[in-house]
Amino acid sequence: MEYITLIGIVILVVGFALKLDSILVIMVAAVATALAGGLNPMEFLETLGNSFVSNRSIPIFIIVMVVTGSLERNGLKQAAAALMQKAKSACAGMVVGLYGIFRLVFAAFNVSFGGVAGFVRPIVMPMAQAAAKNRAGKLTEAYLENIKGMASGMENVAWFFGQMLFVGTSGALLVQGTLADLGYQTELIDLMLVQVPIAITATVLTIALYLLLDRAYAKQAAASPDPDVFEEGDE
Amino acid sequence: MGPIEFYMSPDVTLSDKLLEIFYVANGIVALYTAWKNLRDEGNEHRVGSALFWGILGFLFIMGRWLPSALTGALVIVMVVPAVLKRVTPGTNDAPTEREMEGNFHAIGMKIFIPALCIGVFALAFALFTPVSSLVGIGVGVLAAALIMHLYSKKNTPTVFLNDARRMLDAVGPVSLLPILLAALGSVFTAAGVGEVISGIVSSVIPEGNMIVGIIVYGIGMAVFTMVMGNAFAAITVMTVGVGAPFVLALGADPVVVGSIALTCGYCGTLCTPMAANFNMVPVAILDMKDNNGVIKKQIPIALVMLAVQIVYMIVLA
Repeated sequence: MEYITLIGIVILVVGFALKLDSILVIMVAAVATALAGGLNPMEFLETLGNSFVSNRSIPIFIIVMVVTGSLERNGLKQAAAALMQKAKSACAGMVVGLYGIFRLVFAAFNVSFGGVAGFVRPIVMPMAQAAAKNRAGKLTEAYLENIKGMASGMENVAWFFGQMLFVGTSGALLVQGTLADLGYQTELIDLMLVQVPIAITATVLTIALYLLLDRAYAKQAAASPDPDVFEEGDE
Repeated sequence: MGPIEFYMSPDVTLSDKLLEIFYVANGIVALYTAWKNLRDEGNEHRVGSALFWGILGFLFIMGRWLPSALTGALVIVMVVPAVLKRVTPGTNDAPTEREMEGNFHAIGMKIFIPALCIGVFALAFALFTPVSSLVGIGVGVLAAALIMHLYSKKNTPTVFLNDARRMLDAVGPVSLLPILLAALGSVFTAAGVGEVISGIVSSVIPEGNMIVGIIVYGIGMAVFTMVMGNAFAAITVMTVGVGAPFVLALGADPVVVGSIALTCGYCGTLCTPMAANFNMVPVAILDMKDNNGVIKKQIPIALVMLAVQIVYMIVLA
């Protein structure tokens, strides 16, 4: 029964799917695979140790943290907000799209401004809401919900594909390490360059789709009998 | 070869020597985090936190010179406090809104210069020097810190180190998932998992057909990522089992296939509630009504990008 060596994959998939402690799941999967595959304890420890040492390139985010926290302290987020707000946008779709380009460009330099909690909610959403109200005349509950979904979607797409444009991003380092184990040597710069057309395509596609969707949502909102979400309050 | 011979040897490239120094620098930051947590009475689990970051720092610095079985044993000791939830953030002085606003008024848009330093140096080293781009990242960090110090004398080495400790405390042990997954991949390879999977897969898909291999690899990455919620976990399994025997062994370009397979996995991330950080947490942060409101806006993009990337791999590989 050679299939028993696949036990580690089963543990990994089930463990992650059940949201068990990820580090525990990985270690149990490793031990189980070693046992099933007939590695003796010394061979197992040597494999683990060799891999860890040769993959020390992966957790180099540690040194980057030396400036990440201090950049935040010195007002990077405030500067990013000021830069974003310089652009005047005619509709919510444009605000979201502009943020996508902004996020993509900075992701390529491994610079982040706080994601959905730190940047989308406090900076992007108010800009998008103001633009949406300008265009549609009013901002209905449904329209607002759609803008929130698009802003988060733009954030994810631009960040996922954008960070691949940073030479030395942890995803590329993991790919490099995995390939090296299998006997294929690759350079980080090449792993990055091959991603350039993909990142641009993904971002342009998302912006185009969201601009079209936003136009439709704005029309719906203008024609809808639903009230403006911001008129219910004290205005 | 011991450390002294290593640095003296003309057979070792300058890049490798600098890279080793760069790893030592990473190790020092981890050791500093361990030391601060050990002395921090506000940390609920001082010893566990110090053990975790301390062993990590030690392995960064000494890993190359230790017998690999000992390193492997230390990796296991290191993750024990993490699994037991004994690695916790300590007390820190996170910057207040007021401090950040004040610094922004003093420094302004110039703060983008140090922010972009790391990326610029990484790229410059990759393009213009024979030295590893990782060393460029290290030099970029140094340059960024120097520039910030020139902007404001308040930015001292202690401030940088304490901020680094605050960030490391915040990300915690989960930040080591990628390197642990890479280690798991090595165990898979050593145990012969790849051969078993390729035995199974070859009974389903025709061997020697690279196009079919690429399609299975790309879609497999997306599906596995959707199930596990983590593209990094998927890439180790899929590359050992499918990527290597059905695509790379047929002579495909490992750069194209390896890199793009990961972003095929990201398409899976865009479609799954399992990737809670990206798809569910924003729903809560933005007070959305529909739990799947973010995923619904991403599915069309993920499907198109998956197709685009599979075609891209077939054309380039």
